[in-house]
Amino acid sequence: MRIKLEKRPEPSRLMLVITPIASVLLTMLVGVVVFDALGIDGQRAVVDIFLTPLLASYKWQDVAVKAAPLIIIGLGLSIGNRANVWNIGAEGQYIIGALCAAGIGIAAGTSGGPFIMVLMVLAGIAGGSAWASVPAVLKTRLGVNEILSSLMFTYVALQVLSYLVGGPWKDPNGRNFPATAPLTADQALPLLPFTSVHLGVGVALVLPFLFWLLMSKSVFGYQIRVVGSAPNAARHGGFDSNQTVWLAMLIGGGMAGLAGALEFAGALKTINLGFPSGYGFTAIIVSFLGRLHPIGVLIAGIVLAVTYVGGQVAQTTVHIPNATAGIFQAMMLFFILASDIFVRYRVRFIPAAKSAPAAGE
Amino acid sequence: MDSAFIISAIITIVGISTPILLAGLGELVAEKAGVLNLGVEGMMLIGAIAGFAVTVYTGNPWLGVVGAGVAGALSALLFGFFVLTLNSNQVATGLALTIFGTGLSSLIGLSFVGRIVPQFGSVFPRELATDPIGRLFFGYSPIVYFALIMVVLVAWFLKSTRSGLILRAVGENDLSAHSIGYSVIAVRYAAVAFGGAMAGIGGVYFSLVITPMWAERMTAGRGWIALALVVFASWRAPRLLVGAYFFGVLMWLELNAKAGGLSFLPGAALIPSQFWAAMPYLMTVVVLALISMRDRIGSNAPACLGKPFLPAT
Amino acid sequence: MANFNRRSFIATAGAAAAALPLVGGKAFAQEKVKVGFAFLGPIGDYGWTWAHNKGREAVNAAFGDKVETVYVENVAEDASAIPVLRDLAQQGCKIIFGTTYGYMDQMVQVAAEFPDVKFEHCTGFKRSDNLATYNSRFHEGRAVLGTIAGKMSKSGVMGYLGSYKVPEVVLGVNSFLLAAQKQNPAATLKLVFIDSWFDPPKEAAATETLLNLGCDLVTTHTDSPAALQILEQKGLFGFGQGADMSSFAPNAHLTAIEDIWGPYYIERVQAILDGTWASADTWDGMKEGTVVISPYNKAIPADVVALADGVQAGYKDGTYDIFTGPIYDQDGNLKVEEGKVMTLGELAVIDWFVKGVESAA
Repeated sequence: MRIKLEKRPEPSRLMLVITPIASVLLTMLVGVVVFDALGIDGQRAVVDIFLTPLLASYKWQDVAVKAAPLIIIGLGLSIGNRANVWNIGAEGQYIIGALCAAGIGIAAGTSGGPFIMVLMVLAGIAGGSAWASVPAVLKTRLGVNEILSSLMFTYVALQVLSYLVGGPWKDPNGRNFPATAPLTADQALPLLPFTSVHLGVGVALVLPFLFWLLMSKSVFGYQIRVVGSAPNAARHGGFDSNQTVWLAMLIGGGMAGLAGALEFAGALKTINLGFPSGYGFTAIIVSFLGRLHPIGVLIAGIVLAVTYVGGQVAQTTVHIPNATAGIFQAMMLFFILASDIFVRYRVRFIPAAKSAPAAGE
Repeated sequence: MDSAFIISAIITIVGISTPILLAGLGELVAEKAGVLNLGVEGMMLIGAIAGFAVTVYTGNPWLGVVGAGVAGALSALLFGFFVLTLNSNQVATGLALTIFGTGLSSLIGLSFVGRIVPQFGSVFPRELATDPIGRLFFGYSPIVYFALIMVVLVAWFLKSTRSGLILRAVGENDLSAHSIGYSVIAVRYAAVAFGGAMAGIGGVYFSLVITPMWAERMTAGRGWIALALVVFASWRAPRLLVGAYFFGVLMWLELNAKAGGLSFLPGAALIPSQFWAAMPYLMTVVVLALISMRDRIGSNAPACLGKPFLPAT
Repeated sequence: MANFNRRSFIATAGAAAAALPLVGGKAFAQEKVKVGFAFLGPIGDYGWTWAHNKGREAVNAAFGDKVETVYVENVAEDASAIPVLRDLAQQGCKIIFGTTYGYMDQMVQVAAEFPDVKFEHCTGFKRSDNLATYNSRFHEGRAVLGTIAGKMSKSGVMGYLGSYKVPEVVLGVNSFLLAAQKQNPAATLKLVFIDSWFDPPKEAAATETLLNLGCDLVTTHTDSPAALQILEQKGLFGFGQGADMSSFAPNAHLTAIEDIWGPYYIERVQAILDGTWASADTWDGMKEGTVVISPYNKAIPADVVALADGVQAGYKDGTYDIFTGPIYDQDGNLKVEEGKVMTLGELAVIDWFVKGVESAA
């Protein structure tokens, strides 16, 4: 009996939807087993990490706040990934976007109001895009692999952050702790009505639908999809691959910068050395788990946010380290990557041949 | 700036450079075979905790190094299974390995925080390492010498052996290599496993030599510098050695800038320490650009780097 | 008890039961009071967090069944502290201790969300009705260390491994050097800030850098024993902080400042049980027992031990204060006049170094 892989003429739509769900479930199962093997209450741990944040209503706001940047960055990345442009530097673009927003805040002094807030957000988008434009130019002009160049710029961004919050932008009233002065109440983003979450969360919930419209209805969306799946056909169709790279990187960078600005102006109101939380990298998982589809990204962002928040809950209840959430996130990514095979291939079980082997086998 | 200062600076720099040299060497081999493994940081941390744990239980740091190498190789094989057998996206899988390795090492490391381990004895007789000049050559941990030997071995392997040629062929043109009859997948598995072993040993250098203890995320991003290093060295082992020590100098400059110790460099006080910390990455981008400009003639990047092997069967 | 009989017993029990509601707040005799701790590092760091955890264990020991303590480790000094603090409050903690400076604004925010829960911030300066601050006069311990260093350093150049230029570290540096200069007027100090409280490889590299620059003795103001391990490898001396780190460096470790938080934590939890908790700023020191010097290394000569003991005794009976004028700053200006003693208020915001400190910042 052997297993034969038959390439499907078209990726299976059923599998596209089932595999992310299966990945999450499988991760939970494996988690229980692994934790039990390590002497930790596996069931309790997995429940706390995956379910408690969804079931306990007072945790929803934490999930929402955590999911916002993941969703926004994920949306930007999925555009790029669809076009086969690999922006690994989202973390750096996120940081630069936040710094640009912070710069506006500092320049504004004590004045606030909607104008300042809009300026901060725009500065964030601009900053993130600008940071992404360097790998874009390197790729289009010199053919430099954008994976490596965007990654390098992430680490440069970390140093820019360290320099600014430890030097020129340090809060003069902060007793020399490297952090920016906190935003005043009228500079920070307002809360969504009837909730205790900031405006950025609302943006994160609305954007996926806008992106869905963009990707399915616009020529641009079509361009992205074609360039990604059939580059030669794209060229024949008149789509300039360079232009695609630019758009993909600028959108990816802009979204990451937007996420950074919203996280700064809405959630944190100050930037210190702990600002980089790895969202730029986790968003890559989000875009994959969401199968590069805007609504998928929305759901995947929430799933990953749940694991973050759940990881913190589990820290107090079963005493596993914070980093354990990373194990689960990575497992989900592994499973979804592995399950790709079911999307592209049909698995057939062939009974063992008793006669002479067929030619070519 | 006297000779004692220079000598002690060199000794420090050699120490800082060794882990990235080891991890870089491993990644170089993997990339030469066409596989881009972004999971270096995760593999280093897995090696660091595995080696530490083995040393705690056996009392023997040499066994710890072996354990680190084995653990690193195993984690790399996990990665290899996904990208070579299941043809999954190399970038995403590598990132998953990094996140996984970071989390797994933290989890396992829980019971090892605060533990103390026995140290390596010295490789050379103690009398050789009493005066500064002696320490400059003979006073290092065995892992440092191991790294230097591996540079020579890898360079020789890639350039002068048949297996090395096959490995390079697999990385440059996998379809041709396949049609000649070489098993592209097997070669890549081996290369990736080697990369993992070296990353693991690079990681255990942190937990057994630099600061003999375990702390979460103790490799502090050196895995990413190792990735930059491979590119910076244009995928050539001798250049990797030079590059590793050059990056070590930059890291040393960063710390000295923080300590105000760059008084011997005129004007250095005006340069913030973050500049030096950013230099390895900026220089790598510059090198990337230069390589790509020469790309019209021919570059060193393996042509199949990062692409899945898709034979037309 | 002469006439113990059922009646008097019931009467006494009745009286006690009647008195229960008068035991203020929400603490009922049978309900355990939950006490929460947010730790910056791992409890096994054998330094800062280890010491706070020992304080937590002291609370457990002192109150037994009446109290339940919960803790979260590795809570970063950034936005992720907010959900952790919230979680502790939502889990029912009546008092929550945040054990590092970088939780300040987060604690202010969460304290406002939970007015019935009491919060205590270590080494901070922002307070509210339900947010208190507490600190320890670590610099008194530094004076003891500096006395020993002044005598034991052959080159007279000492190294100080610091985190940020926050008042706590500035005080430590100044106190250390002033005490050393009392023994060796030519003593100088090289200082490095690694921008982190806990980062063993960076601490190790920074220690090596200090040694490269001519220091023959290093004291650490970061949270891991890494510096001492380097000193042990090189056969030099140094000092630990937060806890006795001699197990990591039996030869190099001269002594250490131990943080003893138990008594303060017990006092504050008792206040919760009694309903007498009030927001305050507590800054205890050697006299109150929060700063303790660990056993001296045998390598310290008897006369130096005597000097060190003298400083300790002086602090305990109030006859000694290292911050007594004349004190000059790095540029030679007279900052404290002869005979004057710096007040705690001045110490809390200090941002200048004494003469002899060589640093980049």
